[in-house]
Amino acid sequence: MADQALSGSEVVLKALVDQGVEVIFGYPGGAVLPIYDALFKQNSLRHILVRQEGGAVHAAEGYARSTGKVGVVLVTSGPGATNAVTGLTDALMDSIPVVCLTGQVPTHLIGNDAFQEADTTGITRPCTKHNYLVKDPADLARVMHEAFYVARTGRPGPVVIDLPKDILVGPAPYVAPERVKHRSYRPQIKGDTKRIEQAVEMMAKAKRPIFYCGGGVINSGPAASKLLTQLVRLTGFPCTLTLMGLGAFPAADPQFLGMLGMHGTLEANLAMHGCDLLINIGARFDDRVTGRITAFSPNSKKIHVDIDPSSINKNVPVDVAIVGDAGHVLEDMIKIWKARQARTDQKAIKAWWADIEGWRKRDCLRYRTSTEVIKPQYALQRLYAHIKDRDHYITTEVGQHQMWAAQFLKFEEPNRWMTSGGLGTMGYGLPAAMGVQVAHPKALVIDVAGEASILMNIQEMSTIAQYRLPVKVFILNNEYMGMVRQWQELLHGGRYSESYMDSLPDFVKLADAFGAVGLRATKPDEVDHVIKEMIDTDRAVIADIVVDKTENCFPMIPSGAAHNEILLGPEDEAKKPVSEDGMVLV
Amino acid sequence: MERTVERHTIAVLVDNEPGVLARVIGLFSGRGYNIESLTVAEVNPDERLSRITVVTSGTPMVIEQIKAQLSRLVPVHKVHDLTAEGPHVERELVLVKVASAGEKRVEALRIADVFRARAVDSTNESFVFEVTGVQEKLNAFINLMRPLGLVDVSRTGVVAISRGAKGF
Repeated sequence: MADQALSGSEVVLKALVDQGVEVIFGYPGGAVLPIYDALFKQNSLRHILVRQEGGAVHAAEGYARSTGKVGVVLVTSGPGATNAVTGLTDALMDSIPVVCLTGQVPTHLIGNDAFQEADTTGITRPCTKHNYLVKDPADLARVMHEAFYVARTGRPGPVVIDLPKDILVGPAPYVAPERVKHRSYRPQIKGDTKRIEQAVEMMAKAKRPIFYCGGGVINSGPAASKLLTQLVRLTGFPCTLTLMGLGAFPAADPQFLGMLGMHGTLEANLAMHGCDLLINIGARFDDRVTGRITAFSPNSKKIHVDIDPSSINKNVPVDVAIVGDAGHVLEDMIKIWKARQARTDQKAIKAWWADIEGWRKRDCLRYRTSTEVIKPQYALQRLYAHIKDRDHYITTEVGQHQMWAAQFLKFEEPNRWMTSGGLGTMGYGLPAAMGVQVAHPKALVIDVAGEASILMNIQEMSTIAQYRLPVKVFILNNEYMGMVRQWQELLHGGRYSESYMDSLPDFVKLADAFGAVGLRATKPDEVDHVIKEMIDTDRAVIADIVVDKTENCFPMIPSGAAHNEILLGPEDEAKKPVSEDGMVLV
Repeated sequence: MERTVERHTIAVLVDNEPGVLARVIGLFSGRGYNIESLTVAEVNPDERLSRITVVTSGTPMVIEQIKAQLSRLVPVHKVHDLTAEGPHVERELVLVKVASAGEKRVEALRIADVFRARAVDSTNESFVFEVTGVQEKLNAFINLMRPLGLVDVSRTGVVAISRGAKGF
């Protein structure tokens, strides 16, 4: 029976607890004061007070991505909600389950341009999977439970619940989660068996196959990554992963070709270009992956497994489309493969691997080493050497350092790598690391950052201090917006318009100001020492690694180019000038 | 890749809740799809369901995308591509105001009769005609009224339903 004794705020908190929520990331304000008052009176939910609402959403994303649970955000009306918009869009693009509670002015004031009023549902409609405005206390409990169901079911995403203050203050009936069933939203989880059989048949016949897998495998849960590994090994096919998919297949496995796409490996991209069968599981043919779409994997049959029917045939037409959850489909694929005792064309596969090994021998991630300046790649290689045997999680900001991290850090398991892929949000990494550290207090959590990105949410160092989170910030400091500078060099005649970071703070002193430990390395022989000290410090650390200012990130497929037009390094760049057609693309 | 642009009439059954129309319209504008006509009204008050009829155009790939994108909206129950799924009936209603005198006024009445239009309002110097039919018929009627003192047009947009016994 409905319990009339509860206020709206208490219903909100009870629903959170019943949904298994342990942590909320938030920032108070007038419209949500009733919820904060209710929070004060209970002990089941932990609240992490961020320093700006944008940080709360990224922290919830980091929490969600490293645990597989729904991340929860609580912000006030107006600016609280609008500050959350970037994080919500980020979560939408990368399919991260987040429930964001926003305060709202009382229902009778809605539309009156009241203080701190914004049309939150209007603003967030295109940047959420779904959103609600609760205008009747009778709907409150149902909406709360539905929001969690929508956020985590099917292709996960952010859900906003806008809560007018009068709804929070007044009484509201509570309904338990078991009694709430969404009217219509039932995403397809199980794949069509006939099509899976068809896919298995194509796989058995393939001569130059490749698995191309993405974040969908990770979102399906750790079991899906295990199943993927099993299937890839069963078939003996090569496997490449997208930026969002890193960790879905062990990086150390010889069948792993590395990341594909704009800054992917030569072997992954050439294998994509030359394959006769492409098996896409949980990836979405993003433009950073496909390059020029008309030249993308021109001679292959394509199988696409995706939980979101709208991802299918969106960018690239496919031959076999399987709508379903990656884990379920992989399980069925393995079953059918084994039941049929499927055999691959051994001779052809061997020849295919010979081609791939030839590309691999080119060692595309090679870079010019130096004893004078720290190469960013070297710093990351050393970082990986020090952390690989520890329980660690990596987040990144956005730019060159992010791509180098994707190339040089190796991920053996899912949920260890948190990065802003789709939206490319600078400022994501520090709050995301905070969320990861809250979820995994004992683990080593490192935000690989650039000096430009880190300044976008640097205020969260204060949150990190408040909760004594031992987050490590590893800044590859080149005093440029490195990726912008690289594009200006390649596409805009080296006119470095506004990409130089003048008047940077002293990051060592900055760390000190925030109660963290600041370290700096300026020469290659200092790198190991700084990394070791960073890891051994049980507090937050900012390590300022002063790197080569003009190093470019290679390999690179320039915008508008095809996979086989990949640039391997500066020499290649001089030989193959980037076409101006790419300039209009991003 | 198929480049031919096709015109499709799509029927969408949605929860009649605040913002649902904005969601559908936002999807079309946000992803750059065309809307030629859009109508919406509640069709099942007991279950609070509304029906949206959208006439859109695009390449076959775009039409497929539109349907998939509509289907993934949380308050959407069903999406039917009436154009692709077989015979269906399309109708639209128009109100046309004509103000004229003398021979033109007589001619307007005569044409209205041919089109089985009803005069739903008349004054000494004007008529309001109501016509229903397919879009082409309404276009023809409006064009014929133009030289006869046409002053105002209001159209409902297309509503459509499949032929035969089967429901939505």
